[in-house]
Amino acid sequence: MKITGAQALIRALEMENVETIFGLPGGCILPAYDPLLDSPIRHILVRHEQGAGHMAEGYAHVTGRPGVALVTSGPAATNMVTPLMDAFMDSIPMVCITGQVATWAIGTDAFQECDTVGITRSCTKHNELVMSAQDIPMAVRQAFHIATTGRPGPTLIDVPKDCLTNMMDWYWPTDQEVIDSLPGYRPNTKGHPRMIKEAAKLILASERPVLYVGGGVLKARAAEALRELAELTNIHVVTTLMARGAFPDDHPLCLGMPGMHGNATAITAMQQSDLLINLGARFDDRITGKISSFAPEAKVIHVDIDPAEQGKVRRPDVPIVGDCKQVIEEIVKAIKDLVANGSAPADTGAWRSSISGWREQFPLSYEPSEPGEALKPQFCLEQLRDNAPEGTILVSGVGQHQMWSSQYWKFNEPYSWVNSGGLGTMGFSIPAAIGAKVGRPDRTVWAVDGDGCFQMTAQELVTAAVERIPIKVAILNNSYLGMVRQWQEMFYDERYSEVYLSPEVPNFVMWAEAMGCVGIRVDSPEEVQPAIDKANSIDDRPVVIDFRVDAREKVFPMVPAGYANDDMLLPEWQECNRGGLK
Amino acid sequence: MSNEGAHHILSVLVQNRPGVLARVAGLFARRGYNIFSLAVAPAEDEGFSRITIVVDLESTSLEQVVKQLFKLIEVVKISELDPHRCVERELLLATVRTTGDQRGQVVELVNIFEGKILAVGVEAITVSLDGNPGKLDDFEELLAGYGIVELQRTGRVALPKLDREARLRAVKNNNGKAG
Repeated sequence: MKITGAQALIRALEMENVETIFGLPGGCILPAYDPLLDSPIRHILVRHEQGAGHMAEGYAHVTGRPGVALVTSGPAATNMVTPLMDAFMDSIPMVCITGQVATWAIGTDAFQECDTVGITRSCTKHNELVMSAQDIPMAVRQAFHIATTGRPGPTLIDVPKDCLTNMMDWYWPTDQEVIDSLPGYRPNTKGHPRMIKEAAKLILASERPVLYVGGGVLKARAAEALRELAELTNIHVVTTLMARGAFPDDHPLCLGMPGMHGNATAITAMQQSDLLINLGARFDDRITGKISSFAPEAKVIHVDIDPAEQGKVRRPDVPIVGDCKQVIEEIVKAIKDLVANGSAPADTGAWRSSISGWREQFPLSYEPSEPGEALKPQFCLEQLRDNAPEGTILVSGVGQHQMWSSQYWKFNEPYSWVNSGGLGTMGFSIPAAIGAKVGRPDRTVWAVDGDGCFQMTAQELVTAAVERIPIKVAILNNSYLGMVRQWQEMFYDERYSEVYLSPEVPNFVMWAEAMGCVGIRVDSPEEVQPAIDKANSIDDRPVVIDFRVDAREKVFPMVPAGYANDDMLLPEWQECNRGGLK
Repeated sequence: MSNEGAHHILSVLVQNRPGVLARVAGLFARRGYNIFSLAVAPAEDEGFSRITIVVDLESTSLEQVVKQLFKLIEVVKISELDPHRCVERELLLATVRTTGDQRGQVVELVNIFEGKILAVGVEAITVSLDGNPGKLDDFEELLAGYGIVELQRTGRVALPKLDREARLRAVKNNNGKAG
């Protein structure tokens, strides 16, 4: 059957079970928008292409299915670079389709032409310039296959305008045809049996083990398997920024987040461990601190689906390349076998009592404000958390508010936390929250944002209002680029350079109202609860609460960049007990 | 000029598709790996090309280079060739200044090395030599004494030796590919 390339593109997306596309039309992609009118696929018209990209990411985060963005050539393609890189760093499955100038115009510096595949080569898992309408179905199948298998990531298909308008003979490649077309792509999911047995032995022999859990556990949908492993072995779990929710925060074995702004117990447990069981994490510099002083006595089991992560930063004693779910299940079996055959686990009693001592002495804490003093951002988060309906999804931007969110929220189920970890993209939260709400319309979605972040992508609230996507936004507004301010205060002798944002302009409430949202301003602690109640009761449009918070508040603990984790800075009132961490 | 200790030869089989070389080169640039030389041409099967890369390893392990290369979707197979267990060839072209009585000396040098004279000018000649890269290094060093006007080397190509046991040390086969 002859159809146009544009019809083939939309039909291919339908065949891939795409329900929602985030996009914005323009010259070269125009032909694809015509058949979209007749398709059951929902299209969400964004106000800036970067928004489409982050929405696709937010959607993928909470559903586990690839987010799809559709934009035109040139500036639209370059606007996609940030979300693509963000998705690449955080291994988010995403498919981006860009328009391109006609094949005969490529290379002539035509209007809105840019070298999209060249520009996005290093921020996609794979990209492809289609040169014929006939190639479209295969290109789409390859893009979805690559984005969602192995270590997930973003893919991009660049489609010239004449490929969209030309006729082609419709076909749909089989799974085997897709695999055969990619002879160099064979992700390994099954861990090596000998290594798995080796890991089980090390786990049983360890006196100070820690499960170091990263985003790979969420990508592999391995939260249940992880819980079984932790409970079977009684080993404590730290969840990295990308893995919050992979293990319930209210579980007695959960130590919360390690790293630069992790809590003292999680950091110290890793530091003093004799065995780090790394499940889908990558020894990021924000976790390890100064690498030469990181967990000096620990042996390492490293489970990762990407072989290149093995030995990239820290050489593992037991490398296991495979899917976290499969491998964890196999490790559980291997441990049960060993125990059945008489192996006894080492005594971890002393270790567990050290950990509970640290937890008691070094809880996350802040100084509540006295009556009449400025609002504390942590207090706002606690109130948001305690009033959040069951199953609420929290989305954050990047900076202090992100760290407080990760620290003070209680993530008790997987896929309830969405943030930009690797790339640290300010402006992520509004569009990502919109994508998350589209993916899980049954859930309440709160975006916690900073006043700096908000001003980068706030225009997407227009999209949310018009498309009736009722997200809720809490701006922790300290009139500063807060994290930069914190560094300047601590490491640049309080010399504040270009971090002060005006407290008067913009007027966030008026801005929210102008975009079709409900705007609420909160200045004092007693206004917090009513504002949150009001926000939680509104379900027909987005709500923005402008919390005016104390600008002097800093995120603690902190391991300054380049410091060893042992040298973490504690809040003043805990510094005097520092000896307790030894 | 060549420092054999830090050099490793990778023979990389890739799908013959537009942009593959840019992906490989981009990866090396992005991760700070050094390419010492690079040669690329279609392989025996027309759907594939073979890239011979001589990698200069100073700050990274060969293992990381190989694993990162494998992450490129179009990379099908990577073999590390042991310099002692493979045949290597390279081609050198050089234009050498030959004023006065130097021409005879240069011609003699070309004959000793079994090279060829490709073009003769009034005060310069262009010569060629193919062979083992080490031999080319020696030849180049000797020519330098006369004054090299222009020099072009192709970068080495290599295949495993056939004699005795299999010499090809496959770093990984298809099944171990990166995700």
